[in-house]
Amino acid sequence: MSKATVELPPKGGFNFDLCRRNDMLTKNGVHAPSFLKTGTTIVGLVFQDGVVLGADTRATEGPIVADKNCEKIHYMAPNIYCCGAGTAADTENVTDMISSQLLLHRYATGRESRVVTALTLLKTHLFGYQGHVSAALVLGGVDITGPHLHTIYPHGSTDTLPFATMGSGSLAAMAIFESKYREGLTFNLVYCAFVEIPQRDEGVKLVTEAICSGIFNDLGSGSNVDVCVITKGKVEYLRNHQKPNPRTYISSKGFSFLKGQTEVLSTKVTLLEKPQQEEGVDKMEE
Amino acid sequence: MDLNLDAPHSMGTTIIGVTYDGGVVLGADSRTSTGMYVANRASDKITQLTDNVYLCRSGSAADTQIISDYVRYFLDQHTIQLGQPATVKVAANLIRLLSYQNKNMLQAGMIVGGWDKYVGGQIYSVPLGGTILQQPFSIGGSGSSYLYGFMDQSWKEGMSKDEAEKLVVKAVSLAIARDGASGGVVRTVTINSEGVERKFYPGDSLPLWHEELASVNSLLDLLPEPMST
Repeated sequence: MSKATVELPPKGGFNFDLCRRNDMLTKNGVHAPSFLKTGTTIVGLVFQDGVVLGADTRATEGPIVADKNCEKIHYMAPNIYCCGAGTAADTENVTDMISSQLLLHRYATGRESRVVTALTLLKTHLFGYQGHVSAALVLGGVDITGPHLHTIYPHGSTDTLPFATMGSGSLAAMAIFESKYREGLTFNLVYCAFVEIPQRDEGVKLVTEAICSGIFNDLGSGSNVDVCVITKGKVEYLRNHQKPNPRTYISSKGFSFLKGQTEVLSTKVTLLEKPQQEEGVDKMEE
Repeated sequence: MDLNLDAPHSMGTTIIGVTYDGGVVLGADSRTSTGMYVANRASDKITQLTDNVYLCRSGSAADTQIISDYVRYFLDQHTIQLGQPATVKVAANLIRLLSYQNKNMLQAGMIVGGWDKYVGGQIYSVPLGGTILQQPFSIGGSGSSYLYGFMDQSWKEGMSKDEAEKLVVKAVSLAIARDGASGGVVRTVTINSEGVERKFYPGDSLPLWHEELASVNSLLDLLPEPMST
């Protein structure tokens, strides 16, 4: 593409001149303060009659762990939840905004929200910001048309999959899914009639394993496993479903020291004077 | 190793559209990648625009999805106003319009294919700049570079539906074998006066080309049967 065509100002949409200026400043050594990023493992999986979402709970700011137990599974609607990776502020706000739009849409239509509605609202928003809103999402829910799972990338592209992973730990988590996900998880014609629980439990087990794979093998992910199981008319938000990284540096029994273990080098006692009641000032009364 | 996971989602792709005696066959591979990572190995790059018009997408996934969403919306309105199905030409022209007017913002190469009662089966190619070309057959995406000679040689006027489908699958599998950015399965859509037929060819059902090895004792074969209950 020739340079002249690139320089043409766009006819519609947003103006990204300042983004280009910021890129130029960064290139010349002026660095903007960094955002709170969720170096993350988030996953989702479809089973017989619902979806399971999972997330780790580490939030990072560069190399620092900023929050050891944050929440990455966001509420969208009573029947739809959404895992977020990328800039924490962006995932939090974008899900809140769309969740609000979905509520208004429910008031207007009087019907349960559909997962595709949430998907379209999220993708059009992200596409409009051309990737500058860095939210990578795993959207899952159950609606009138059944269970659905989608992934949404910061640039606004979407995928529809039976199992999905996102974030820096997505490779570790995908390795687990690719080797252990079975279609049998979805269509077990022999058992599905009466064994609903095991299928749900298998899904939760696999999701937990995938998240753990991210927690242990990816530096950006860590701490605990959050799980959310959505089935028709029911949501189970299993906060801290598994805690594979308990605090090891404080004894669970607590510490007790014998008196006199610390040597007393000197003692000085200062007596405090009794405070005087101020006079001549009216006290406040009711 | 630089996977470059932050790269925009793009479809290093092989897409193809072929006319035959009575209709068209569209074909595509199923690989979507972000940098060096395969983000989706079973994606569907042939999207429906109307009952009788389909679209093969290549380039940025976000851009082509938005374009097809808009065009589907415009064509739905158009169909209601007209009271009859939109023609393939109208669909292709809407794609071209969006591609051309926003050429600075978009990275999208598309092939429109379909059937209408006026002209029959048609293939329109809408490449990067937003021009439009009606062609008897068209190829696109990164894998197409490996197919020009093959298609020039093997596409014939007045092929049967079966011949055309076989040609499309062969072409896409050839491109998958040579193009690193294409892979997965082959998906085809056949459109004619009878309607639409979708077909799916798993990776291990495709022919093996030069120096390719059959997938035996793959990870999937070695694994235990369904997760125990």
